Amino acid sequence: MHMEIKILGPGCRNCATLEKRTKEALTELGQDATVSKVTDYAEIAAYGVMQTPTLVIDEQVVVSGKVPVTRAIRDLIVAAK
Amino acid sequence: MTLDTTPASPAARHTRSRDDLRVWAFLVAFAAAWGVIFAVNEMLWPWLLGDVMRLDLVSTLGAAVEFFLYDTVKISLLLLGLLFLVGLVNTQISPEKVRGVLAGKGLFVGILLAVALGAITPFCSCSSIPIFIGLVAAGVPLSVTLAFLVSSPLISETGIILMGGTFGWDIAAGWALAGAVVSIAVGLVLSRFKLEKWIEPFVFTSRTAQLATASTRPSMRDRVTASWDETRDMLKKILPFLLLGVLIGAAIHGWVPDEFFATVAGPDNPFSLLIATFAGAPLYANPAAVVPLASALYAKGVALGTTMAFMMSLVALSIPSLIMLRRVMKLPLLAIFTGVVLAAIYLIGFIFNLIPLAR
Repeated sequence: MHMEIKILGPGCRNCATLEKRTKEALTELGQDATVSKVTDYAEIAAYGVMQTPTLVIDEQVVVSGKVPVTRAIRDLIVAAK
Repeated sequence: MTLDTTPASPAARHTRSRDDLRVWAFLVAFAAAWGVIFAVNEMLWPWLLGDVMRLDLVSTLGAAVEFFLYDTVKISLLLLGLLFLVGLVNTQISPEKVRGVLAGKGLFVGILLAVALGAITPFCSCSSIPIFIGLVAAGVPLSVTLAFLVSSPLISETGIILMGGTFGWDIAAGWALAGAVVSIAVGLVLSRFKLEKWIEPFVFTSRTAQLATASTRPSMRDRVTASWDETRDMLKKILPFLLLGVLIGAAIHGWVPDEFFATVAGPDNPFSLLIATFAGAPLYANPAAVVPLASALYAKGVALGTTMAFMMSLVALSIPSLIMLRRVMKLPLLAIFTGVVLAAIYLIGFIFNLIPLAR
């Protein structure tokens, strides 16, 4: 099943780091997924989160307000499958 | 982030409490080691540099080197210890809980709570808009939300620790008080206006879903790990700025004559206070760099209130943050908000300039 990952955040450094680590995790797992960034606050608010950056996998919020290490992101991706 | 690790069975819970004890023991040992290192640092440098390495500590260069080393270690230790402690407390706090506390409270109580919470919560400035949306959409009064948004960057643990280490703890306490007064004043003044019409409409219709935050308690180990990770990240970010600030401060100490600023920016100069307040506004500076720099200016004769006003507007306002706020506030509200914050900062700077200080 195709996985869809979204990174919610206005584009500050943490958001960029989250995106980088997420892509690393995907490569390490050999997992195919679309990674997109959501920077519009109205859209971010629609997910009901109050902190950025936020990692969303297949429309589920998995992490909010933190930038986990790549390995933790890997675990989250695996858990989401 | 959900730390959902509550063990299921009684046996697992027993193992967990044994582990909690181990973690506590480790924490106590860590605190003791920290205390020892701190005490050693207080006495190390005159001996190491003066006696062992035979540096002339009376000369300007020798004194500067000793100060630089001593101060960097001391502040790093303070930051490490206090950020870690605060981080532990913050594993209990989330914006959702802040919202829960603030929603439904009366205006005055709400403002006081908002300022207190803003002071102790460490949300990164890029989260300030989502937090704003979440609070307002949940019905927290706008003035309470804005008081929170002002106190959050203004009263930070990093800033206070750095001020304690450089200006002294009495001035650091004064800073915290000043920040609280500014935030409360902003909240109270703004509550007099009907500002809701100037919020972008989408804010009110935002979903305020209660995310499934852990109703389960994270273990001590999880909390310690989370806090340690954050402390490390924070220190990595801060240290370069801190060193830069200390370097520039040391340069000012060395080359700028004493009392240089006293005539231009002394306590009886309200115009320089105005300039200081406005100068800091468009810029943002990390407190770690600003405090050492500002302490050097203060040592060279800039009045206390003027220094504080400069630091406050550097930290509380900036063009980038105002641009972000523009996404949720229409221009009239943004202008009123900025104006009130600047006025409050100016007034508190004025008051602090009136305090007679033995330098």
